[in-house]
Amino acid sequence: MRLLYFAWVRERVGVGEEEVTPPPSVTTVAELVGWLGGASERHAAAFAEPTRLRAAVDQAFVPLDASIAGAREVAIFPPVTGG
Amino acid sequence: MIRVVVSPAAIDVAAELAALERNGAVASFTGLVRGDDGVATLELEHYPGATEAALERLAATARARWSLTAATIVHRVGAMRPGERIVFVGTCAPHRGAALEACAYLIDRLKTDAPFWKRETVNGAARWVEARNSDDVAAARWS
Repeated sequence: MRLLYFAWVRERVGVGEEEVTPPPSVTTVAELVGWLGGASERHAAAFAEPTRLRAAVDQAFVPLDASIAGAREVAIFPPVTGG
Repeated sequence: MIRVVVSPAAIDVAAELAALERNGAVASFTGLVRGDDGVATLELEHYPGATEAALERLAATARARWSLTAATIVHRVGAMRPGERIVFVGTCAPHRGAALEACAYLIDRLKTDAPFWKRETVNGAARWVEARNSDDVAAARWS
């Protein structure tokens, strides 16, 4: 699965994208965020406050309790601030 | 006609307005980078591909809801300075009510539905702009 990070999430993790293979027990975006938080200190800093995070699965915005079954690309980022 | 542009290039408002003209009424909104609180530069990050898709969905939804004959969304990305144009939204419809409402819808929803992030530099220090609750309220009035 391809992960993309944007804005301060990208800065905290230290990379804009990475490939991961979550265990089968990780079925939602929220579970993915929790699992990623254990990957490194940088990941822990990026994913410490899930309420400040938003996500997209295969480029569509989803709530954090959305399923990641079959997802090719998951993006994790702060609330958007365009316009 | 739907036109969506996400680019670092400057926005030519006169050309965008002229290209929108079909029938009856053209309405538009132009957003300028604010220099409040000593902001020296603004950097816009986006999610390539997903951003364009989100803006095209918004424009198509507005076209169907207000029977628009044309809709344009242009959003700059990259580095900008206060006073520069950052976003342009334009609509054309047979009558002004539809053109004006659809224009307000597009800019309200763009702020919550499209993956852009602003980073501003103040006194040499960069910070990510926080999302505003008032933007969520403005977007929610259209659902």
